[in-house]
Amino acid sequence: MKYVAMGHGAGGSLTDEIIGIARSAFASAYLNAGLDSAILPSEGERIAFTTDSFVVKPLFFPGGDIGKLAVCGTVNDLAVVGARPRFISCALILEEGLPFDELERILGSMGSAAAEAGVEVVTGDTKVVEKGRGDGIYINTSGIGFAPEGLDLSGADIEEGDALIVSGSLGDHAMTILGLREGLGFESALASDCAPLGGLVRALLDSGARVRFLRDLTRGGLAASLNELSELRGVSLEVDEEALPVKEQVRALSEILGIDVPSMANEGKIVAVVREGDADRALAAMHAHEYGRDAALVGRVVGCDAAPEPGHARVRIKTLSGALRILARPSGEKLPRIC
Amino acid sequence: MTTLPAHEAFRRKDLIGPLADSIAREAEGLGPVRIMHVCGTHERSVNRFGLRALLPPNVRIVAGPGCPVCVCPLPELLAARALALKAGTVLASFGDMLSVPMPGGSLLDARRSGAELRVVYSAADALAIARAEKKREIVFFSVGFETTTAPTAALLTALAREAAISVKSAVPNFSVLSSNRLVPEALRALLGSGMLEADGPNGPSIDGRNGPSIDGLILPGHVSAIIGSEAFRFLADDFGIPSVVAGFEPVDLLASIRELLAQKRRGIHELRNLYSRAVLPEGNLKAKALMAEVYENRDAEWRGLGILPGTGLALRSAFAAYDASAKFRKTLSESVAGQEAAIQDEAAGCLCSRVILGSAEPGDCPHFGSVCVPENPLGPCMVSEEGTCRIRLEYGEAT
Amino acid sequence: MCVATPMRLVSLSGNEGIVEEGGVSRKVSLALLDSAVIGDYLLIHAGFAIAVVDEEEAMLSLEAIEACADDDAAGA
Repeated sequence: MKYVAMGHGAGGSLTDEIIGIARSAFASAYLNAGLDSAILPSEGERIAFTTDSFVVKPLFFPGGDIGKLAVCGTVNDLAVVGARPRFISCALILEEGLPFDELERILGSMGSAAAEAGVEVVTGDTKVVEKGRGDGIYINTSGIGFAPEGLDLSGADIEEGDALIVSGSLGDHAMTILGLREGLGFESALASDCAPLGGLVRALLDSGARVRFLRDLTRGGLAASLNELSELRGVSLEVDEEALPVKEQVRALSEILGIDVPSMANEGKIVAVVREGDADRALAAMHAHEYGRDAALVGRVVGCDAAPEPGHARVRIKTLSGALRILARPSGEKLPRIC
Repeated sequence: MTTLPAHEAFRRKDLIGPLADSIAREAEGLGPVRIMHVCGTHERSVNRFGLRALLPPNVRIVAGPGCPVCVCPLPELLAARALALKAGTVLASFGDMLSVPMPGGSLLDARRSGAELRVVYSAADALAIARAEKKREIVFFSVGFETTTAPTAALLTALAREAAISVKSAVPNFSVLSSNRLVPEALRALLGSGMLEADGPNGPSIDGRNGPSIDGLILPGHVSAIIGSEAFRFLADDFGIPSVVAGFEPVDLLASIRELLAQKRRGIHELRNLYSRAVLPEGNLKAKALMAEVYENRDAEWRGLGILPGTGLALRSAFAAYDASAKFRKTLSESVAGQEAAIQDEAAGCLCSRVILGSAEPGDCPHFGSVCVPENPLGPCMVSEEGTCRIRLEYGEAT
Repeated sequence: MCVATPMRLVSLSGNEGIVEEGGVSRKVSLALLDSAVIGDYLLIHAGFAIAVVDEEEAMLSLEAIEACADDDAAGA
């Protein structure tokens, strides 16, 4: 059994071992060129650039692993601003003692996810820290994508009446990870929804539906994203709890653990604000895509008043009784190291 | 025809409207009615299902002292922190306890000074850690009401039995810091002292007294599943308060509210068990026997409320080997030394002690949602998932 | 802390059982119960079953609640 040693981060022949694995996993001419920087062609009018780090525990889980997350997370951040994701960097911080076969699996996952997403991993870095100073592996990915002029998905032109749509079932990732944490002991067939969503976003944008706003639903779930949107754009939103797509197992865990579905993290879902009249068209386009089968209309923009009454909750959810209650931004670390 | 399982049936939407109408009819002409529950999980249900919006304006549901995390007193928190900081000792605790504010910082803050903490979901998890890490002392910080006490009692009796059979099965590095509390005794103490008041058979209470007046009590369904509905008979008999044991689904709560209003209308005060599918008059005899084997009553302090007699549980001497207060006597007495002033002074500006008695609403506190938020709580009510302030901030009715 | 969820008993062995609800299953201790039958709904709290849900009693309760509501509505 081979393990990562301190020498693997020293920049010499041991590091080349790791670079070798990365090169065969990523199959990128840029990477193979071995330059200090990848020199890339410009493929669009505007460059979108994003970065994300991944520290999820455990490293492997049903539906994916830290590698797949690292690629999909960055791809999705590019996709939701309307950019076509193209080039990714991969920086690894490895803990001394990480089994080589785990590293190979993770890099392999990254390669597969990149291939599916149509992106290339063009540059990278490897560092090793002493045993006890890292949890096996941390990954940072930064990504470049290209967006045409004139496409604005930042919510600048949201109107009252606009529809809130989510692309599928909520909470799959969070409940998969939570189920694996020690002590809970729950078993189910649940898997993380980790997926690259560039294709889904393209399908949505190509449908002709007027899309005002898109966001990748990660930590803090739908509740976090809606509260962010509300604050950013001064809009009031209402969600219908019963309209949220939720898998049976997630619903069960939500009851058992007392965790609210809208606050659960996802890794393969988006929320979209779409012009009222275009909701059906948007849903049809998403349903036709493998990652949007359970897309649903879950709420509405009910106000665009930038100066609401004090104490007025701007993001609200309809309860069983029909009354509205606050849908608060999730607080604290109910679930640390989720991505 | 498939019958729904009970928990789904008691969430049926078609029953909500008729029950709300029925409540409106019962409430008519009654004047202001205050109904109190004493269970954080009931407060969560009320908020989650938007039940307050269904009530007529004269009927209020008030949250009482139903959050065991919120009422854990400072000396016990300081003791827990001291054990977590003690070399070679790990404190295994429910997640909520970690962020409770105390002088010098919370348990989580103490982690930066080297405190060893593990979040567990049950006593069994803590025991598993102790079995796995034989070289460390694992202390389970046992907080909760009767529902949580019963599993701990089962665990300890099983452990003691195994150890008696074979020394190898003993887990000498495991112990319990008992911070469990009892609900009926607490209600008796609070009503007896006037901290809570009932509109008894002699009419409304005299002005000028401290306690807010209660017209009816919703009793905790899962605590009752353990101790039995009869444990609460004294509320009707000795204090003249209509009381209902309630489950946690919308239909459970609405039916219970209706029952209390009906009693008020008829001028009667009875104990009724509306969670009969899970609660027997005598409760869970096996659980009660195990609890009696392991624990004896003691007086206990409730944060913000002072000492309530007979409301705490201490491990009996037969279980001294698993009693952290016996094993770590010196550490624990040192933990409160010199802290008396801080303990007295605490909660400046925090209305928690009034919120847990239902005499203030979270919204009455000037810090609610502004300075005091879950990420930066001033008091325990904003920390716990069963804390009234936190629940109201995160799930409350939208204005 | 008093969150206890109903889950169905699908197998048992001595003092332990496996409960299931909505596709989620867990091993639980039955040490606090006198008896439980496969198919019973149990209230689960912190890895322990604290009570058996009496579905028949539940039905009777619900019927009583419905009857009350009907009476009220009729008498209004």
